[in-house]
Amino acid sequence: MRYIDHAAVVKRMNSRMIVNKLFKTIFFLATLFALLALGILFYRIISQGVGYLSLDFLLNFGSRFPEKAGIKAALVGSLWMMAVVAPVSLILGVGSAIYLEEYAKKSKLNDFIRMNIANLAGVPSVVFGLLGLTIFVRALALGNSILAAGFTMSLLILPVIIVASQESIRAVPNELREASYGMGATKWQTIAKVVLPSAIPGILTGGILALSRAIGETAPLVVIGIPVIIQFLPNNLLSQFTAMPMQIFDWAKRPQEEFQYVASAGIIVLMIFLLLMNSIAVIIRNKFQKRY
Amino acid sequence: MALNEQTAKMSVQEMIAKQKGKKGKFWVEKSIPIILFLIASISVLTTFGIVFTLIFETFEFFKRVPFLDYLLGTEWLPFSNNEPLYGILPLIAGTLKVTLIAVVVAVPFGLASAVYLSEFANDKTRRVIKPVLEVLAGIPTIVYGFFALTFVTPLLQQFIPGLKIFNALSPGIVVGIMILPMIASLSEDAMTSVPKSIREGALALGATKLEVAMKVVLPAALSGIMASIVLAISRAIGETMIVSLAGGSTPRFDGDLTGSIQTMTAYIVQVSTGDAGYGTTIYYSIYAVGFTLFLFTLLMNWLAHAISKRFREEY
Amino acid sequence: MVKLNVNNQNGTNGNKANQKVTDSGIVYDTRQLNLWYGSHHALKNIDLAIKENEVTAIIGPSGCGKSTYIKTLNRMVELVPSVKTSGQIIYRDRNILDADYGVEELRTKVGMVFQKPNPFPKSIFDNIAYGPRIHGIKNKKTLNEIVEKSLRGAAIWDEVKDRLNENAYGLSGGQQQRICIARALAIEPDVILMDEPTSALDPISTLKVEELVQELKQNYSIIIVTHNMQQAARISDKTAFFLNGEVIEFDKTDTIFSTPSDKRTEDYISGRFG
Repeated sequence: MRYIDHAAVVKRMNSRMIVNKLFKTIFFLATLFALLALGILFYRIISQGVGYLSLDFLLNFGSRFPEKAGIKAALVGSLWMMAVVAPVSLILGVGSAIYLEEYAKKSKLNDFIRMNIANLAGVPSVVFGLLGLTIFVRALALGNSILAAGFTMSLLILPVIIVASQESIRAVPNELREASYGMGATKWQTIAKVVLPSAIPGILTGGILALSRAIGETAPLVVIGIPVIIQFLPNNLLSQFTAMPMQIFDWAKRPQEEFQYVASAGIIVLMIFLLLMNSIAVIIRNKFQKRY
Repeated sequence: MALNEQTAKMSVQEMIAKQKGKKGKFWVEKSIPIILFLIASISVLTTFGIVFTLIFETFEFFKRVPFLDYLLGTEWLPFSNNEPLYGILPLIAGTLKVTLIAVVVAVPFGLASAVYLSEFANDKTRRVIKPVLEVLAGIPTIVYGFFALTFVTPLLQQFIPGLKIFNALSPGIVVGIMILPMIASLSEDAMTSVPKSIREGALALGATKLEVAMKVVLPAALSGIMASIVLAISRAIGETMIVSLAGGSTPRFDGDLTGSIQTMTAYIVQVSTGDAGYGTTIYYSIYAVGFTLFLFTLLMNWLAHAISKRFREEY
Repeated sequence: MVKLNVNNQNGTNGNKANQKVTDSGIVYDTRQLNLWYGSHHALKNIDLAIKENEVTAIIGPSGCGKSTYIKTLNRMVELVPSVKTSGQIIYRDRNILDADYGVEELRTKVGMVFQKPNPFPKSIFDNIAYGPRIHGIKNKKTLNEIVEKSLRGAAIWDEVKDRLNENAYGLSGGQQQRICIARALAIEPDVILMDEPTSALDPISTLKVEELVQELKQNYSIIIVTHNMQQAARISDKTAFFLNGEVIEFDKTDTIFSTPSDKRTEDYISGRFG
């Protein structure tokens, strides 16, 4: 006797295929939801903000009057902050990654460092703000300066840079290290001349993406007490300053409807900035596509 | 072979030997690991810095406010002139409302996207959708907050007449959109790491793609999917700018989603943008709230870690 | 350390063969070498005396320790954590297993060519100049000469002389391997270790590398690990047969392949196992 009735299987197959098709469509529509959300968000912001976008908007300081408000101080402030964050976070991040991948032996201490980095990545940014407020603003008496904000942001994105750098260092094939050691190179020579040059595109890509997160991050700046109304440009690292997301936050909170449009214009500037950074990251990624 | 005088006279090994006298190399090799170790320990110092800062200032707070009043109090009225009250529960309620809504939005859409991308989509679709998710994940939260306040809330008000300008629903939905890419891409990673051979085994028996996805791939990737959801919940709990802009500043211990609320993060922002002086109870209260928030997210991160470690599949 | 008597018995043949030549032109004298990966005993009481300006082949089935042995000769084996050794390897009158023997110094004198061609993702010129540069030779003219001489030495100069600034990854596998040989030649080593250098190459490239080995032996001592017995027979003067971490037999290549004295050598050569 036969356990499987093939005629019945074939008959059921039709309905199973219909269910399959139905769910495929449902899943596809659900996936489109993200696309839709992104589309609406971009459309709203561009249609609201583009009218307020002008050369004046880029060259004016903040103002009580929406038509006179500009993003100059915030744009320049963000750039100054990046001038701190980029070197600090890259040196700390890449240095940590080299240590963990190339030097750290399997020990309790190093396991602890690794676990710690994973946990640090999950700490909310607003809590980093509290750290910055206590340590940099108050204990080290840097005040609400570019330096204090830059250090706080560097620590915030440090785990991201470490992990990205670790991945690109790990992707360098061991054969290359062996070849270098085989020539009598020392460990540091091997790292500096063989491992890092091969890993640098990956490190830069990850680093730029992390920096673009720092540029858009608002909460730590709020907690540190970065002011909004600034009518001058910073001239040193201990200057007070404001940053683009802070400025947008302030405009978005204002009751007058016009400021919504100003906020949208500010968001457009911020997003163009992020887009530029991301494009650079993509270009680096494609240009130095690994060949080994 | 054209060799010049110098090379002819001196072999490479001799030239190398001549360079040996310099001792610099030795000290570089000795000091680099130490320097790098010190750099790597900065991340540990950061964690200690966070924990000690929070504990220290929270301790100050509990000198002024009884611990049990904080833990069990159902009213959070720090700005009251005659009798300030510091019961954390309303802030936790606000955080949980937003998180819950976010999960309700993000989990179905995120998982559906993950299944679609990993099991159904062709390469072309994937090449369009994945960058979209990356862009969504890279949008600053302040932009999402603005979107919630100026678009989602007015839109919802057309369907829900009683909805206030500040409410839990709108930021909840937008936080959901924000964490959606995280769930989608982490779950997709978990699903694509299920070996092809297992899928092919099921397909060869006559299973449809849906049956393979639901009965083979999803169960095999379950721990990775659960971990991604828990991580996303942790992100939602710590999210600050969306709830600050669109959630309001009314701490309430109830289940209402249509009225103004306040989350833990939004309270910290409210105090930071106000003029609470250094050393006041209100000043210390942001550390107590920050510490509570930190514990919540830490718990979630550990849970995610434990899930993915405990149920790690061996293929 | 527990000495395995069985091994010593089996090793006797090899030892006797070695004894005859001990005094003249020995480049590497291995004495009672043992090596462990953690608790795995990978090399057992190895005794082997390798002569200058000869090609010494090391053959044996996978996992017999032949690769481990050649990597011990320039201490690359230490890149694997948890490696322990005992015994001696005398290279030019000094025991290289001494803790105070600088590995960098050793590897400057002993070049190595690996299983898979592993050029650096740099230009051909920079690949060859890598060794001289890390050892402090910076003079551009000198480097030019070293690069040309090394590429000529590796019989690849004519193929690449017009594209020295191109990335070495653009070359074919066989060319890459000869670049790697040239890279090893650039520091004018005393000995060249080759760890299955043709296992990733096609037959024609293999032939070229084999011819090159024949030429190089005029000036260098070469130790080559190979899983290919014909190759050992074609290019080597001496052959050592490894099995389960022991040297079963070490003798003139002709002798090994015509009249091996150990049954297991005979079995391996005639293809009964491995």
